[in-house]
Amino acid sequence: MMNKTHGRAGAVVAVSVVAALALVGCGGSDGDGKEAGGDEQITLTIATFNEFGMDPLIEEYQQLHPEIKIEHKRAATSDEARENMYSKIAAGSGLSDIEYVEVDWMPELLKYSEYLNDLSDPAVEGRWLDWKLKGGMDAEGRLIGYGLDVGPEAICYRADLFEQAGLPTDRAEVAELFGGDNASWEKYFEVGRQYLQAAPDGSKWFDEAASIYQGMVNQLEYPYEDQDDNVIADTNPDVKALYDQVTAAALDDGLSAGLAQWNDDWGQAFQNGAFATILCPSWILGPIQDYAAGVTGWDVANVFPGGGGNWGGSYATVPTQTKHFDEAKAFALWLTAPEQQVKTFENAGLFPSTPDATTDPAVTGYSHTFFNNAPTGEIYAERAEAVTVLPHKGPNYFAVQNTAMIPALRRVDVDKTDTAQASWDKFVDEIQQYK
Amino acid sequence: MAKTKATRPEAGRPVRKIGFRQRLGRWDVKLSPYLYVSPFFIVFAVVGMFPLLYTAYVSMFDWHLLGGKGEFVGLGNYEFILGQHNFWVAMRNTLSIFVISSVPQVTAAIGIAWVLDANIRAKTFWRMGVLLPYVVAPVAVSVIFSRMFADQFGLVNSVLGGIGIDPIRWHADPLASHFVISVMVWYRWTGYNTLICLAAMQAVPRDLYEAAVIDGASKAKQFFSVTIPQIRPTIIFVIITATIGCLQIFDEPRMYDQFGQGGSDHQWMTATLYLYQLGWNQEMNFGRAASVAWLLFMVIGVIAVFNFALTRRIASDSPDHSAKVRKTAKTRGAVKR
Repeated sequence: MMNKTHGRAGAVVAVSVVAALALVGCGGSDGDGKEAGGDEQITLTIATFNEFGMDPLIEEYQQLHPEIKIEHKRAATSDEARENMYSKIAAGSGLSDIEYVEVDWMPELLKYSEYLNDLSDPAVEGRWLDWKLKGGMDAEGRLIGYGLDVGPEAICYRADLFEQAGLPTDRAEVAELFGGDNASWEKYFEVGRQYLQAAPDGSKWFDEAASIYQGMVNQLEYPYEDQDDNVIADTNPDVKALYDQVTAAALDDGLSAGLAQWNDDWGQAFQNGAFATILCPSWILGPIQDYAAGVTGWDVANVFPGGGGNWGGSYATVPTQTKHFDEAKAFALWLTAPEQQVKTFENAGLFPSTPDATTDPAVTGYSHTFFNNAPTGEIYAERAEAVTVLPHKGPNYFAVQNTAMIPALRRVDVDKTDTAQASWDKFVDEIQQYK
Repeated sequence: MAKTKATRPEAGRPVRKIGFRQRLGRWDVKLSPYLYVSPFFIVFAVVGMFPLLYTAYVSMFDWHLLGGKGEFVGLGNYEFILGQHNFWVAMRNTLSIFVISSVPQVTAAIGIAWVLDANIRAKTFWRMGVLLPYVVAPVAVSVIFSRMFADQFGLVNSVLGGIGIDPIRWHADPLASHFVISVMVWYRWTGYNTLICLAAMQAVPRDLYEAAVIDGASKAKQFFSVTIPQIRPTIIFVIITATIGCLQIFDEPRMYDQFGQGGSDHQWMTATLYLYQLGWNQEMNFGRAASVAWLLFMVIGVIAVFNFALTRRIASDSPDHSAKVRKTAKTRGAVKR
């Protein structure tokens, strides 16, 4: 009898201890389980966003390196990718071996570059455009990100809608229409007013004020923060002038379709012809082709108001959380090499950031079938040359732009809940917290 | 047996050493019960208590998402949050969505359970049917509903347009957006609560209904005077869990548009969404996010207690009622006799 109870007590103790240990164990490492047993296959994970045309590249790399298996996680938007990346840095686990980072939030990430590996390598000497290379380095000069694409901007337009409104349809003529080399925003809005007079029912000039504003603000040298990264967004007269100009064009002139970019309505609108033009950074060609499947008439004009602009672009980083640094770095090295950048350009329309790729005949000679065989390679190479100003983006740029300015414009243009002035006042309130 | 011998040493004699086995036996009696229930408490301490207290700790510091712990600021974060206009907007949205989503949901759940409790054909089919939406992932629900309720080209607005109603601005008008988010909650949670209520209803003794029928009580009277008082503890449970769930709502508002900020004018930014924005989106300030978490915790606590009291009050003419039922039962017995 005694023996029996003794045994039971022992069992209880044992069970509790095991349970406690198991619980503690949960907090520990659990990431190693991914490798397949005998054949030493390594699984690399890679996190991207939007459309990088990854599938053929991944397949090719897996064929080149049979020992490597690649898992691709794709976030719908760059915001989503950013939130995912930050929470996993904070959690200390869960990051992919390679994380794609957008230039808008690269600066704030660079402040915490200790979570990312130094990718310096003699093999990448002279690989990138100078400014692209600099954007991937932290304050100590460690190379944190390998440059992927840049986003030189052109204007995409619906030639069929232009025709119905009595505007020229040829892409060279359209470029001239906006002023050619001297294209200005004023001229762009003026043509818009002209378009509206004869436009098909329900068709507007551009998708939303916020996307036009993006193009405009990327031409300012110090939009939201000064050289010392003090937030000046509310006091910068240039920002206010752009805000006034774009809200006036959207509302007073009625040029805007009021469709928040990337929202359901916006995607749907490509099927409805709700707008005739859209600012066209090279990476947006892929999404437009997806959304506008079956629609004919999209074309790209080799012109951009206000003298060239760059919107977006991205870097490949390798977080320190990775357990396969060498393999991940090798893969990132391969992905950002000129040859692969050329392929990415062909697959997804992302414009290369390496001079070897931009001068590659496969890029310069490329024409895009969906966009009426527009020579997009040549167009974007020229558009990239037209970029003169690269805005200073400090650690608060992303927050000011995406959580204060874009919502401010959408209140006026999409939701129509506020007047331009009331919404500006809210914007000013909102950004006080970053000061 | 052995134990009693050991605990009563005889006076005068030196205390006899207790054998190890005996001591073990004594521990067994004293400790085993605690050990048996310990797994729950260990789990609770690790996944419940610790995060709660750690959040309180974090809320006292200037704490950056990536930069980690900074200076101690005491209640500074709370002071800052309470002074923020956005916090109060978030509270307004949270309470509004809570009311719109939970009240019809629980009411409908009880009503549907009552119907399912009746003797209907294909019972199992209907019972499983109501649970089906619960299987759909909340994010999927949000994506589908936000598309259906898109402002310009959404299905719902086209249907409304077809019958001559002006399109409703589901993503611009605060109340309209709260309504859509509540619809998602109804869709997912009504069936779940229905099954819980149904289980409780099936445990109600059938002779109470017989007695009521003999007394000439209508179906409605039976429902309010027998069913409701009898399943009161379950109703309290359902209301409390629905309260907590609706006040913590996150997935649905987060996925209601592509940007996850709760609307350009914070139309549907709930408290949890606000917390998330503070911690991850804007300044990546964990301290402030943690203080919002604690404020929300307290609000939920207050509302849960209030609801608990209210539910007890509402359904608690039951002593009265059960007395009545008992009386009728007695009279019935008397008549029978």
